[in-house]
Amino acid sequence: MDTTVTTGTEDNVWGGGNRPLGASYGKLMMWFFIVSDALTFSGFLVSYGFSRFKFIETWPIADEVFTHVPFFHGNYPMYYVAFMTFILIMSSVTMVLAVDAGHRMMKNRVILYMFLTIIGGAIFVGSQAWEWATFIKGDYGALETKGGRILQFVNAETGERAALADFSKILPEERVKHEKSAGIWYQEEGYKTSYSLNEVIQGFRANPNILIRTETINEEGEKTLLTRGESLEKLKDAVLVVEGANLIRNEYGSRLFADFFFFITGFHGFHVFSGVVINVIIFFNIILGTYERRGHYEMVEKVGLYWHFVDLVWVFVFTFFYLV
Amino acid sequence: MAHEHKLEIFRGLLKFRSNTQKIWGVLIFLSIVTAVEVALGITKPEVLTKNYFLGMKLLNWIFIILTLVKAYYIAWDFMHLRDEKSSLRRAIVWTPIFLVCYLIFILLFEADYIYNVFKDGFLSWDF
Repeated sequence: MDTTVTTGTEDNVWGGGNRPLGASYGKLMMWFFIVSDALTFSGFLVSYGFSRFKFIETWPIADEVFTHVPFFHGNYPMYYVAFMTFILIMSSVTMVLAVDAGHRMMKNRVILYMFLTIIGGAIFVGSQAWEWATFIKGDYGALETKGGRILQFVNAETGERAALADFSKILPEERVKHEKSAGIWYQEEGYKTSYSLNEVIQGFRANPNILIRTETINEEGEKTLLTRGESLEKLKDAVLVVEGANLIRNEYGSRLFADFFFFITGFHGFHVFSGVVINVIIFFNIILGTYERRGHYEMVEKVGLYWHFVDLVWVFVFTFFYLV
Repeated sequence: MAHEHKLEIFRGLLKFRSNTQKIWGVLIFLSIVTAVEVALGITKPEVLTKNYFLGMKLLNWIFIILTLVKAYYIAWDFMHLRDEKSSLRRAIVWTPIFLVCYLIFILLFEADYIYNVFKDGFLSWDF
């Protein structure tokens, strides 16, 4: 675009008329923001790598953690995340198409493509919320030892993971959720698990075909399975039943894994969410004809840069959280 | 604002007739790369998981390289870096690359050191 007509001062140097590096003021500032935000995300991902390298032998295997697909039962590792990645790339494509239509001043096309971009973003945020909910709810349940390690259960006959509900004994005991008002004021239970520690231990003793799986990764790249004797010995260390994951406990393994999952995907999800909000604002501006009157659709290009950046970050999160 | 787009990808191997066509072409390419990643992640071929390069499985190297390839095409074609001046492109790309490489280097080395302390030091954490 050669001229801008919004304020009339944008042509002169101090009004932003100068174009260092051939990019307009707004675009350049968006790039500055993106570079700094990229460094923030790199900091998060590298600190994830730091924690992972620190506990390289016991880190959870992502394939075993994210195995669910909505409306389907069974074990489908990664399919859903791959779908989410595709949705985000797809919405990136509609965004570029919107920018392209903007260059050619085709208002209706820009409206259509922006709308599709917003829908894609909304699907992605919804999927992420679902991922979180599934992760928080957990699926098999586990025990935690004094040292904070996680013991999971495997059915020796089928070789598949055993849920606490599969073998725990229901004992005639009463359990009350510990609250601040009853007892020491700074101690309280976050949630009440479906089975007490005693019920799990009794059930384990009564079922000879259940084995314990520790966090340690063996040479085949799988979690170590203990023998029945070792399992019974290991069971003595257990102090707590854990179901699902939160910032303090994590049935899938290392707590840091859950912490980083919530933090990194949460921060990224917040970016997507704010991206959708900004896209909606721009969408209405297009409908109102703001950019038509301004004579160019550079604003679409600027939010487009942000939106692609969000996609770019997800590509890295996908690799380092789910694939590697 | 530059209206003309560079319509070649793969160093001129593939030339598109219009910008819209290029966008769809890049989408197809990115989808193929993602599909390859997912397929490798599910099948985990033994050749790639048993062999190591610089202490990391070959499979993980492939994932990281494919990710960088995807990042390149998102930045170059979706974010229009291909059409910007090379000075802007270099400022945007090399600054973070330099800083991130440095960060990766120091933090991962430090983490490996702590791993060895946990492993060989007189410290019990698995009980």
